[in-house]
Amino acid sequence: MSEVHPHEEVRPERSPYAARIRAMEALLVEKSVLTEAEIQDRIEYMDSRTPANGAKLVARAWTDPDFKERLLSDAKSAARELGLDATHEAELIVVENTPVVHNLIVCTLCSCYPRAVLGRPPDWYKSFEYRSRAVREPRAVMREFGFEPEEGIEVAVHDSTADARYMVLPMRPEGTKNMDEEELAALVTRDALIGVSAPQAPSRAS
Amino acid sequence: MTPFHPGDRVRVRPAEKPGHVRAPDYLKGRSGWISCVLGHFPNPEDLAYGLSGMPEKTLYRVSFRQSNLWDGYEGPDGDRLYADVYEHWLEPEGER
Repeated sequence: MSEVHPHEEVRPERSPYAARIRAMEALLVEKSVLTEAEIQDRIEYMDSRTPANGAKLVARAWTDPDFKERLLSDAKSAARELGLDATHEAELIVVENTPVVHNLIVCTLCSCYPRAVLGRPPDWYKSFEYRSRAVREPRAVMREFGFEPEEGIEVAVHDSTADARYMVLPMRPEGTKNMDEEELAALVTRDALIGVSAPQAPSRAS
Repeated sequence: MTPFHPGDRVRVRPAEKPGHVRAPDYLKGRSGWISCVLGHFPNPEDLAYGLSGMPEKTLYRVSFRQSNLWDGYEGPDGDRLYADVYEHWLEPEGER
């Protein structure tokens, strides 16, 4: 193993976790399990995935009922129609919010997330607090995000404990009839795709 | 292993198993309903140790009433929790 020079390798602002990852990465490369190029490719792949992809899928589903059906029945192939390659995911499942049910996604065991579409999850999604509270008190968690489902709407929490990754298809907000797909996509936030909030119509009609 | 079908009442086995486990503790011993069959996958609890994970295991989405899971749950009776549970963690409700 190559020598580690603490004064070079470990800057004070770097966490012990980051240092550990770097050490593991160096070992995997040294033992020819991975190459630097493969690691770089994977980082670029992950960086190319953002919540904007999810927003695009949602906006298309809002404007094209046939696409919505396909998105709900086979999300991976629907994603491919928009040029998004989600084949890295074992299973990709889109769950639809309706006037009777609001969906919320969590992974209590680790931090499973539809990375092939949305990229890296936000830090709070990986926190012990979110992971334990989202299953036990989802309504309180949503309130803290400034969102409360309307009276009478049931909450369905999806704990992605295994091979499926979940994304929420939110409801299209009222007052967005005249908006085009691009404008609609701009209303869809990452938090709405996880289900801790919902898209809001622009506060004032233009 | 008995195959389950949507609507079947099931219970998550209250078993302990060391190491990598994909059945969360808070569901152990809890009853729910098979919501759908998600498919067949190499067993992730073996994959985690470099094994083949074969034969593949059936993965089910199981639906639980939130009010059955937590004391003093805040929300209507209709609130549900869905978790994806492998066949070897499920038993027909009523069986011991």
